[in-house]
Amino acid sequence: MEEVLKEQTVKLTPKDFQTDQDVRWCPGCGDYSILKQVHTILPQLGIPREQIVFVSGIGCSSRFPYYTETYGLHGIHGRATAIAAGLKATRPDLSVWVVTGDGDALSIGGNHLIHLLRRNFDINVLMFNNEIYGLTKGQYSPTSPEGMVAKSTPYGSIDHPFNPIALALGADATFVARSMDRDPAHLQQMLLRCYHHRGTAFLEILQNCNIYNDGAFELFTEKATKKEHTVFLEHGKPLVFGEQQDKGIRLDGFTPRVVSLKEFSKEDLMIHDETDINKAMILSRLYEMNDGEHVYPKPFGVFYMRQRPTYEDALQQQIEQVIAKLGPPDLNKLLRGRETWVVE
Amino acid sequence: MAKRTIERLQEVVIKFAGDSGDGMQLTGGQFTNTAALVGNDLGTFPDFPAEIRAPQGTLAGVSGFQINFGSKEIFTPGDQCDVLVAMNAAALKVNLNTLRKGGTIIVNTSGFDAKNLKLAGYASNPLDDGSLEGYNLIRIDITKLTREATADITDLGLKEKDRCKNMFVLGFLFWMFDRPMDYTLQALQNKFAKNPSVLEANVRALKAGYNYGDTTETFTTRYRVEKAPMAPGEYRNIMGNQALALGLVAAAQKSGLKLFLGSYPITPASDILHELARYKNFGVITFQAEDEIAGICSAIGAAFGGNIGVTTTSGPGMALKTEAIGLAVMLELPLVICNIQRGGPSTGLPTKTEQADLLQALYGRNGECPLPVLAACSPADCFDTVYEAVRIALNHMTPVIFLSDGYLANGSEPWRFPTADQLPEIKVVFAEPRTNGTPFLPYQRDERLVRPWARPGTKGLEHRIGGLEKEDITGNISYEPENHEHMVKVREAKVERIADFIPLQTTEGPEQGEALIVGWGGTYGAIKAAVQDLNEQGYRIAQTHLRYLKPFPKNLGEILHRYPKVIVPEINNGQLIKVLRDKYLVPAVGINKIQGIPFTKAELVQRIKELVN
Repeated sequence: MEEVLKEQTVKLTPKDFQTDQDVRWCPGCGDYSILKQVHTILPQLGIPREQIVFVSGIGCSSRFPYYTETYGLHGIHGRATAIAAGLKATRPDLSVWVVTGDGDALSIGGNHLIHLLRRNFDINVLMFNNEIYGLTKGQYSPTSPEGMVAKSTPYGSIDHPFNPIALALGADATFVARSMDRDPAHLQQMLLRCYHHRGTAFLEILQNCNIYNDGAFELFTEKATKKEHTVFLEHGKPLVFGEQQDKGIRLDGFTPRVVSLKEFSKEDLMIHDETDINKAMILSRLYEMNDGEHVYPKPFGVFYMRQRPTYEDALQQQIEQVIAKLGPPDLNKLLRGRETWVVE
Repeated sequence: MAKRTIERLQEVVIKFAGDSGDGMQLTGGQFTNTAALVGNDLGTFPDFPAEIRAPQGTLAGVSGFQINFGSKEIFTPGDQCDVLVAMNAAALKVNLNTLRKGGTIIVNTSGFDAKNLKLAGYASNPLDDGSLEGYNLIRIDITKLTREATADITDLGLKEKDRCKNMFVLGFLFWMFDRPMDYTLQALQNKFAKNPSVLEANVRALKAGYNYGDTTETFTTRYRVEKAPMAPGEYRNIMGNQALALGLVAAAQKSGLKLFLGSYPITPASDILHELARYKNFGVITFQAEDEIAGICSAIGAAFGGNIGVTTTSGPGMALKTEAIGLAVMLELPLVICNIQRGGPSTGLPTKTEQADLLQALYGRNGECPLPVLAACSPADCFDTVYEAVRIALNHMTPVIFLSDGYLANGSEPWRFPTADQLPEIKVVFAEPRTNGTPFLPYQRDERLVRPWARPGTKGLEHRIGGLEKEDITGNISYEPENHEHMVKVREAKVERIADFIPLQTTEGPEQGEALIVGWGGTYGAIKAAVQDLNEQGYRIAQTHLRYLKPFPKNLGEILHRYPKVIVPEINNGQLIKVLRDKYLVPAVGINKIQGIPFTKAELVQRIKELVN
């Protein structure tokens, strides 16, 4: 314990988290920015490098552990969440991070993701969403929009996409947030929020694949359009957006409406409440309300957060209860069982 | 009172059969425990339908429990039954072929009414049409007598009283085989402590069954099976899956590591999960995962964290875990994968036994993907073999496949259990923290080709591992052609080198002889009984039974070449035999049975004779 405390006082820098391996993502990939923001926040956590583990599956994003000087496990496709669950169940002392992509987490690994979320291990899940399969070279993904022309959909995708935020809320996640590669300050803030949430933190990070799906998110990332098409969620604050910060989201019953602040005051707007699951559900579908006529912004920030006992805490508690009831382990007693007989 | 005689028998096989709701497993279990406590050697095998409650009275709904107990050494649950208990017409129909000619049938006549006969597909009542001539038929209206015995218990309905039928039968058999009722009375006391009326009804039914034998003058012969000459010591009865669970806990305790089981329910492996879930006070963590893949992947995560990772499953689950097993081979982390084999392929025969997953265990992965494979040979041996599997996994940093099967998993036998200090030590060495700045090399191997195990949380050992091919020593990703070939060979050599750390193969029977019977897994008892029988008849047959299927013990080739004939009986279409022919170029011949049921001694004796003569 003393050792750990001493270590915490040693000041680490982002450079301490770089490995000797060449980063092999395509030049211009959004992953570089995410890697940089993670390396920036890790020294701020106040924990030594050896207490941190990055677990990943398969895909471009899943190369992440090789580039971070902590413990790391590059697993198999879709299973990082399951691997991380076993690690955290047995080693609650570690800070466990899962790095995954839209294909890895929502397609092949969809099952493990929802079960991780409902069990609420204290694990941070960073899902890089580029709405495409990059490593397998350009097939549509479970988050690709309908109609997308990709290698495996030359006539346009007929698949209806997942809404990752709505999915995580539906799976009873206790922390659900969205950020983007092109907003370093916001991303850093969200990463720190993930770390400080006790329970599974699900962070969707919109990430540009400049090779197979370039510009998929430019509406939200480019200066010219960002303010009109994004709304940043802050707990207790009204939902205001627009080039001149002159628009807001107002609830009309359960239906959100875009209103002009020339007609309404800020007090009339929807006030963001991270602890309100119903509001979070509404916000998760906000951008889907774009119908050509009404322009709705895409929300970024923490949609929802609540406290619920973590799996590993409940597990530890149960072990202690059983020990209190049955006594400490006695292997000889266990091997003997209840009924024995002696042969002379 | 009529004169009673007591006849002494060396060995008796009883099969309890009834509707799956008739409580035959419980009855068999009680008879078994009493047999064990009076000192018989024994072997048991339950035979239940895959359906939890198939329609009452149908052939599909018949549940059976077979016990072989004796005053001599017992190796199997027995070929043919001496006594068949049939609680209804369907139970008789399904099991009559397992009864020896002249054997005893105890029937509940109430189970042979028009409806039951129709459901069982009998055109006429076998109890009356002469078709059971040649058997000793004992007819008892068990339903009626049980109701009479419990008549004045007013707060139970007829349905609840009828549930005590099995205790009547048990009481009758206790009388017939001259066994004490004490153990079962105590067990009932424990089971129904909170329900005095149900307890009373069961006790009365049990005693009524016993007294029925005692007072009804038609039964003049009772049987006695004396104590078996067993090695001195303290014994308990144990089932295979139970032994496996205890072996895992014992290995965790002896190694000082935490045990983590990631598992998804599947027949016939689920009982391991149930058993281990009870041992939370041993720090055992059981994680009922969302699927088979998460079962093994969570165990890999636990192993990376420095714990004993285990996953348990059966054939279809093994198929799903395949990719993750490959990952564990690449990561070179300790992991134990238990496959309780059942009839395949696909969903196959979930409740029946087979040993057809050997080739899957040895070869069933993409790429060159070697790992050690061990198989248990009896219910109690599941303890020793899984303990050994954990030892190998931890000491050699490798996933290990442990094979059992439905027959071993649910079968039981007396077990001279060890004490904790009699168990071999399991020494685990983790890589030491380093502060001098020299890089940690996760794939630097020792003389056994074993890489270090670095627990997360250890200072200075931060490292990354994964499923991509690694560069030798550093573990960095490498696609270099020569490096890949080298790593494939090193992983194979590492597993083969384990042969230096396991016992040499032993044989039972003559050093030289007419034939060697080579077996593995659950066939041990049947082969042993058959070989003993043959040698008593003047043959000179030896037996060797393999626990280590990869790597093979170093002297196996020499043993195989010592005999003019090598015979390989297997409950599959010939799998070990392929491996032996491949590796040792021996002209081995197989005896194969693929019916979802174990070999009988008689059929092995006959087939071996045919092959030797």
